[in-house]
Amino acid sequence: MKPPPFRYHDPRTLAETIDLLARLENAKLLAGGQSLMPMLNFRYAQPDNVIDLGRVEDLAYIREEGSGLRIGAMTRQRDIEFSDLVRKRCPLMADAIRFVGHRQTRNRGTIGGSLSHLDPAAELPLVCATVDATVHVAGKKGERAIPMAKFPQGYMTPAIEADEMVIAVSVPASGPGYGFVEFARRHGDFAIVAAAATLEIANGTVKRASIALGGVGPAPVRCADAEKLLAGQKPTPDALRAAAETCRKIDAMEDVHAPASYRQHLATVMTRRALEAAVKNAGA
Amino acid sequence: MADTRSITVTVNGQPYTRTVETRLTLADFLRHELGLTGTHLGCEHGVCGACTVLVEGRTARSCLMLAVQAAGKSIVTVEGIAPSETELHPLQQAFQDNHGLQCGFCTPGMLTTLLEFLGDNPDPTEAEVREAISGNLCRCTGYQGIVDAALDAAKRMRK
Repeated sequence: MKPPPFRYHDPRTLAETIDLLARLENAKLLAGGQSLMPMLNFRYAQPDNVIDLGRVEDLAYIREEGSGLRIGAMTRQRDIEFSDLVRKRCPLMADAIRFVGHRQTRNRGTIGGSLSHLDPAAELPLVCATVDATVHVAGKKGERAIPMAKFPQGYMTPAIEADEMVIAVSVPASGPGYGFVEFARRHGDFAIVAAAATLEIANGTVKRASIALGGVGPAPVRCADAEKLLAGQKPTPDALRAAAETCRKIDAMEDVHAPASYRQHLATVMTRRALEAAVKNAGA
Repeated sequence: MADTRSITVTVNGQPYTRTVETRLTLADFLRHELGLTGTHLGCEHGVCGACTVLVEGRTARSCLMLAVQAAGKSIVTVEGIAPSETELHPLQQAFQDNHGLQCGFCTPGMLTTLLEFLGDNPDPTEAEVREAISGNLCRCTGYQGIVDAALDAAKRMRK
């Protein structure tokens, strides 16, 4: 299993990269390579041109942006894992990152690559969906910002044009009331179901709940019914259980690992556990 | 015509310059161009962990990197772990003493993975060791010998 022949390009600036992307036929962007390289080795992907982002300056950073964060597309998952700023401003992401593959793949894998590849079970798109992140893309026509709710257009299909690329993601600050759980066959395997939740709790009452599931649908799914049910409620075990139960009617995928009904059941269990973790972490 | 590049990569402290096809993986570069066959290739799609090497001190799967991406970088392979021709690294010695290998196919990846892990976490729990090697497949040992070796090595390396 070897990659097919292609022409390799290693631009140094974003402008150069966008120019190549607009000019070259059948080009693929190589970020951390943890998804594209297997696809090349299997020859699922047969690009005529590979544009390596590894040497493009100013794409790897974690910065403060308002009360939240702006994370450059080429920021390695490893750097997110060990960032104090991420732990402070988006503890949900800091927690979830441990479930992304293994150390060897987090050392190379990037947040921009994960968002662009958009695997249905991927943790980083799930976190971004939960906290209402905004994806910044750039192309020949300029830059635009895409709310995470509109970013997935379908199974592994982000709302990016062929001549555009993800350059960064804005992550609003989220508080200590977070929970992330996943069910996989082994640590580091793709999640059969993953659940992420953030709860804003004031005076013992849930002010706002954000809940999303990964591995269930073709892209991360927000659980609007559960969120509505919890808002204004006290986060009692019964309230959490009732909210989680609404996830049973989610349209679930069926594959070699599990039938849809099993995923729907897991969705209720994982959601409940994520909510319980969020309540515990919030110290409420 | 094949797309080629001239690259210089430092492997185990020694710089090598070669002209390679841009589609060549780092794993095949190490094995076929440099003859460093200690790095093993199992699955060639980033699942088995056998081809793990250290790139600038951080583990990476060499089947998921192009050789051209390693240009100008410093790589350590399993051949570069031991302090000399006649001595083993304490981690290697611990593998020998604890039956941490049988056929040895996964061993290069286990050693490089654990080298980084024990550097970051010199006093790990058994659960942490198991998580650390969760991306490395072994079909012989049932992992117990490897976990014992890692914990033993941690003890020796702390001294």
